Amino acid sequence: MASIAVDRTTTPRIGAIHGARRFGLVVAGIAVFWALWEAYLWFGTRVGITWPFPVNETNMPHIHDMLNALTKPLQPGGPPLIQEEWHWALFTAKEALLGFVIGGVVGFGLAVLLTHSVLLRRGLLPYIVVSQTVPILAVAPMVVVGLGTKGVKPWVAVSVIAAYLTFFPVAMNTLRGLLSPRPRDLELMRSYAAGRRSMLWKLRVPASMPFVFSALKISATASVIGAIIGETPASIQDGLGGAIVNFNQYYSTAPERLWATNIVCAALGFAFFGAVVLAEHLVLRRAPERVA
Amino acid sequence: MNDRPAVAIQGVSKQFGAGVTALSGIDLDVRPREFVSLIGPSGCGKSTLLRIIGDLIDPSEGVVEVNGKPAPQARRDHDYGIVFQEAVLYDWRTVGKNIALPLELLRWSRERRAQRVRELVRLVELEGFEDHHPWQLSGGMQQRVAIARALSFDPALLLMDEPFGALDEMTRERLNMELLRIWDASGSTIVFVTHSIPEAVFLSTRVVVMSPRPGRIADVVEIDLPYPRTAETREEPRFFELVTGVRERLAGRGAQVEPELAEEAGAP
Repeated sequence: MASIAVDRTTTPRIGAIHGARRFGLVVAGIAVFWALWEAYLWFGTRVGITWPFPVNETNMPHIHDMLNALTKPLQPGGPPLIQEEWHWALFTAKEALLGFVIGGVVGFGLAVLLTHSVLLRRGLLPYIVVSQTVPILAVAPMVVVGLGTKGVKPWVAVSVIAAYLTFFPVAMNTLRGLLSPRPRDLELMRSYAAGRRSMLWKLRVPASMPFVFSALKISATASVIGAIIGETPASIQDGLGGAIVNFNQYYSTAPERLWATNIVCAALGFAFFGAVVLAEHLVLRRAPERVA
Repeated sequence: MNDRPAVAIQGVSKQFGAGVTALSGIDLDVRPREFVSLIGPSGCGKSTLLRIIGDLIDPSEGVVEVNGKPAPQARRDHDYGIVFQEAVLYDWRTVGKNIALPLELLRWSRERRAQRVRELVRLVELEGFEDHHPWQLSGGMQQRVAIARALSFDPALLLMDEPFGALDEMTRERLNMELLRIWDASGSTIVFVTHSIPEAVFLSTRVVVMSPRPGRIADVVEIDLPYPRTAETREEPRFFELVTGVRERLAGRGAQVEPELAEEAGAP
């Protein structure tokens, strides 16, 4: 691979400059967001903005207060909040990861199935779409209770809910990807008398990979959201969802704790997203302009 | 190799949809080791005919045999390799892996594939590019990869559908020369679709002139230029005569060509 340095790889020096610039942009973005938040809070409190919500330190705690809350224990003598958040995040990550994997496999399998039959596509696709119009909050308790009676552990039931959100984008995008080869691509395979299986694994699946990764990026964050939401009806206390429910009850006295938990949730979602981007980088070898 | 034609086409017609006749009453035999070009204006059905030979589409009427077998059987037996106007390389595969694709489908072992890819890369003069991806190559190089891929399993017949149509004139002439060298080295039969008269004359042993609406064979011109053909071939008077001859036949004035030429030669 050393010889393919044509357009793709840049020299380490330029690479480092790119990296530094990118990192700088992220920092600048955070700084701008922080400044806007604090400016709006300061201005809104002064002028008394009430629409769309009254601006005060309960509705919009200072960002430094949120970060500060992470360093303080919940109960006197306990570990700092960040340490507890870390454990909740790991627990939720476990649920989300299992859900992501289940959803990915189910979505991919479904897409492969649908590729091979126009009849199935016509018959099944509407139901798949309908499945996503059912509110997750309505489905979640049924799943948790239903699976619970079968002896499934609650956290696994939460994963199933995460998978419910995950499989749909994967199925839709993979289907599109599997159907993306041009007529000439298919004709070539036909000229080799390639069977269905070769057609799938040598042409359709590799051609679908960019689509699959777009879907996985959506699914990565969706699985985290699914896991957090799924914890609520399952009354699971060990994850970020449980923490959010808990801190909601004390919002008027300690809003910064809920916000601090939001930050952790965002970070977890971002980590999932980042992992998919990294995997995409390793797996896909494409024309530079087609790497999106 | 016996006298059995490499390709035997009898009474082939093709209708598309409601009454669009793409081909009508095609009879043509291609002998082993021949280089036959199909030439004609757009819509004369030359690409359709090539696809019928390759069993990529079915004829409405008539029979096509390749190596003495019905076309579908010949396709299943990997009796031909095909090259399209676009290279149709798979983006996610390197040059080497693109060339090896048919060999993978034929379940050749990894070592055998690697060995064969090395030979082919040398044949099409792409040494050092095995690990490149298609998008890193020029159009001419991509087309050479496609040719190597078509030759990989050593088919007796090579079907080429305007393979150099998208290339610039210089690249095209160079690849014409290379193709003749490859044809000579591989001992295959070639059916070649083009809309370039000089290309057809330069390459072929016979040029099949087709006319449109409905697509049929208007004439067949034997090209008696000696091989090996070189850059000088393109400057010989006989080359120009033949180019003119094919052009006249394409214009539908085929009947008068030969006598006129004879008269001109004898007039002064």
